[in-house]
Amino acid sequence: MTQDNHGKAHKFGMVIDLDKCTGCGSCMVACMSENNVPFKEDETNKKDSLTWMTVFKLSNEKNFPETDICYMPRPCMHCGGKGDHGHSPCVSVCPATATDYGYDTGIVSQIYTRCFGCRYCMGACPYHARYFNWWDPKWPDGMEEYLSPDVSPRMRGVVEKCSFCYHRYQEARDRAYYEERRDTIEEGEYQTACTQACPAGAITFGDLHNPEHEVYKLVKPDPHQCGKPRNPKAFRLLERLQTNPKVYYISEREWVRKAGDNYRKGEWGQQKKSDGDKGHK
Amino acid sequence: MKIDRRSFLGLGLGAAAGVAASPVTWKLTDDSSIWTQNWPWTPVPHDGEVSFDDTVCTLCPGNCGISIRKIDGRAVKIEGKKGYPVNDGGVCLHGLSGLQYLYDPARVHFPMVKNGDTWKQISWDEATTLVAGKIKELRDKGMPDSIACVYGNDKGSIAGLYKRFLMAVGSQNFYTVDSMEKSWEALISRMHGLKASAAFDLANADYLLSFGAGFIEGWGSPVNNFLANSSRKERQAKLVQVEYRLSNTAANADMWVPAKPGTEADLALGICSAMISEKLHDADFVQKSGKAFDNFAKFVSEKYAPESVSRTTGIDVSTIKDIAVQFAKAKTPVAIAGRGRGDSAGSLMEFAAVHALNCLKGNFNKAGGFWTLENQDTLTWPSLEMDDVATKGYAKPPVGLTSVISTASLPKLFETINASEKSPVELMMVYNSNPCFTLHNAKAVKDAVNKIPFVVSFSSCMDDTAQLADVILPSHMFLEMSQDIHSGAGIAKRITALSKAVIAPVFDTKNPGDIIISVAKAVDGSVAASFPWENYDECLESVNGDQWSTLSEEGYIDSELTVPATPLVADFSIFEGFRGFPSIEGDEKSYPLTLVSVDTIRLASGSFASSPFAVKTVEDTVLIQKDSVIEINPETADKVGVSQGDYALVTTPLGEAKVRVNLFHGIMPGVIAMPEGLGHSFGTSSQVVTKGGAGLLSKNGATSIITATGGVSAASGTFENRYIGGKGVNVNELIGPITDPASGLDVAWGIRARISRA
Repeated sequence: MTQDNHGKAHKFGMVIDLDKCTGCGSCMVACMSENNVPFKEDETNKKDSLTWMTVFKLSNEKNFPETDICYMPRPCMHCGGKGDHGHSPCVSVCPATATDYGYDTGIVSQIYTRCFGCRYCMGACPYHARYFNWWDPKWPDGMEEYLSPDVSPRMRGVVEKCSFCYHRYQEARDRAYYEERRDTIEEGEYQTACTQACPAGAITFGDLHNPEHEVYKLVKPDPHQCGKPRNPKAFRLLERLQTNPKVYYISEREWVRKAGDNYRKGEWGQQKKSDGDKGHK
Repeated sequence: MKIDRRSFLGLGLGAAAGVAASPVTWKLTDDSSIWTQNWPWTPVPHDGEVSFDDTVCTLCPGNCGISIRKIDGRAVKIEGKKGYPVNDGGVCLHGLSGLQYLYDPARVHFPMVKNGDTWKQISWDEATTLVAGKIKELRDKGMPDSIACVYGNDKGSIAGLYKRFLMAVGSQNFYTVDSMEKSWEALISRMHGLKASAAFDLANADYLLSFGAGFIEGWGSPVNNFLANSSRKERQAKLVQVEYRLSNTAANADMWVPAKPGTEADLALGICSAMISEKLHDADFVQKSGKAFDNFAKFVSEKYAPESVSRTTGIDVSTIKDIAVQFAKAKTPVAIAGRGRGDSAGSLMEFAAVHALNCLKGNFNKAGGFWTLENQDTLTWPSLEMDDVATKGYAKPPVGLTSVISTASLPKLFETINASEKSPVELMMVYNSNPCFTLHNAKAVKDAVNKIPFVVSFSSCMDDTAQLADVILPSHMFLEMSQDIHSGAGIAKRITALSKAVIAPVFDTKNPGDIIISVAKAVDGSVAASFPWENYDECLESVNGDQWSTLSEEGYIDSELTVPATPLVADFSIFEGFRGFPSIEGDEKSYPLTLVSVDTIRLASGSFASSPFAVKTVEDTVLIQKDSVIEINPETADKVGVSQGDYALVTTPLGEAKVRVNLFHGIMPGVIAMPEGLGHSFGTSSQVVTKGGAGLLSKNGATSIITATGGVSAASGTFENRYIGGKGVNVNELIGPITDPASGLDVAWGIRARISRA
């Protein structure tokens, strides 16, 4: 298939293979060191711990030895909102336009200097992907030397979250323009820090509009259903909220896929059936 | 004008409309938000040209290739090196946090000598003269054999220099840390008669039968294993994990076999028995073993029939037989031993039981198989001069010699010191290891270290051992120094690499190679003559000989693996007279539960402490504020009367600790799991450092650290690291060592324990 989106908007997205994820935490640290995320003496209260990428541990809650666990890395979902029109839950509520939807990339931005800390977006986000700076960041003596100029360090009183390493997109785009390729960015040229670091190769990142890209091939997003995965092993978190996330998960394990949303009694069986029907169409 | 109700409302509404329409309000809100976000203390990192410098990470024995991203020469990020034979771009969270170790608040900024309770800064000249003086004194007294050196491993030219130094002064007391690699070496020597290390071609094996080895917890070369593990799906290779607890590895495996703790090796022999009775083994290969194999076959069929093994291990007979069939039918199966991260040794007979499976299949030295990599020393050293004192001292056996495999063992050394009235070691040098934290019965190890009259640490950071030292000659951290790296850790590759100094030293530290060369020169005589190099760089180049040019140009050499000239034969006679595997300490009556130490990849538990980033990723089921959290099955918790989040008291024959409780269905009832890597005793309170006089600053001295905000901090080094220091309990203080009767290594993995509400 030829690249049919040339000159059109991108829709950057991520696919995470939960059967490959080992819960090692490399993605979390890659993200923190790429994006100048600070740290405190005590980070065990996970509610005030700034982790743009965080790894949840799921369990099937069965008794020994039927127990199974699964690690689930959770970046910002970069929701397209209902109908995939860019009305993400957080964007819709921000009174300061500090968070906005990029129609050219599908990335939900966060502009720290515009944010005045009302935290509506945190309340609106169903994925708890947003974090508030309750304190000014503080680094031990000298450690500020390793801060990267690509991402501005945040200050007390603003909200921050995963940006899909937007500065890396900017850099790739700049390079493409400089090399007179206009906006034709190769798949490998723009990758997020977590994707690059994952030692298990569980994370794949690319353009969901480009059928040549690995992310597209993995989930086969359905353009008529706002990108809902056509791969029956793939799912998005809280699909029924119609937030249309751009982060997809893949698992062979049924209980893991079921954990991706809340189901009423008996509903999961029907869900499976309808998924199965779609496969035959 | 009279203000009536109508005009009042009119004016009011008018004012409101005016304010709303005017940009002033919005401008002021905007200004104030900008103003409050431009505090001078919010750093603004400066921009510049981007460059990359490649080197090798030496935090763990995995040795991944890494790339340092720099902005205007300033290191800002560590990334994995694409195409590097170990990790191909992947990198673990500790490697990623490398830059945090550069500015670690616990770093030692300059040479220091202990003065009562405080540290006093001294110059490098004073420090080397002090250490050399003590060594000369001991040699003059004819006691060179009371000098000892503890070193993380014995690979590479820096380790070579320290070993050489000990030999030149006249001592055999060179100790490395026990690990699964040592157990495998001892086993290969016993069963195959080779001086070789074990390697596992996990990336090509189609059936991995792991007896508690935590590939995903950091076993061996972690990132290499992650890559091999993820490719299993595509290769249709199976992983079977034998473990009493649903570790991350067990959760990732195709099959989890929860054998009771301590019975993993029984299960291995049970599988052997099932294979032999069904004639599923490679008859041609075992035939070469002759009568010893027949004896082994008879022994396992009598003592380890699946039915009886099923009772010991709690695993169904059918499962045992299934595994036997699957293992036998696989093209390239490998059985692996080495609990958890493999950074402690295991019982020789347990390893033999697991390895018997490999021997039954004969899947040796080929793609997807078990490899015996013969030890080859690629370094060429000039001849060594030993005077009379050295020759006499070197003739004496090392302290803590184990009777069985004639090498000295580190746990035995400290046991011997504690058992003697006067320490047989007068001077101990420590580099790249933290025995006061990592060894079992860590408290006793501290006592032993305190008993040694003079302890010299070369640590770049204050740690549990360095804080007991008398003098610290701080080394560079790995990004600041050059050294040669030699692969190991069970990787089926032979890689020699050059780790380069990619960052200028931040503090007044030195390459540990340079330190020992200058100490040797100060000792004078034959010792100085044995160290003819001007500095370590010269030594590094000369000992690497022919391979130096490739190393310095390419960065690494990935040599082809060579198959041993004579085909491998397995000697099954090791099982003759075998009477069972070593059991753990403590009686079942007063200690009804089993306490095990478990590894999590997110916490470092070896020679270095976890970075702030790593600690941040640790779940609240492992650490809550300053409390270690233990894992316990809800069923056991019910019996004991503790519930989620409760404080509990864990008691073992060695001591007790207050911890918090996390209920987890994935752990076998009756077992308590406690995380490794917590409970560092350093960094909780600031220590006083007094600045010395002469020779205070070198060109890269302590006062030249310029912070990003432009201020100059006069670094005093208080060693306060509250990110990891003082958090949790060191599980090694609750578990004592167990000497393996067959190898003399410490093979403890747990202890009997009880728990009560606190």
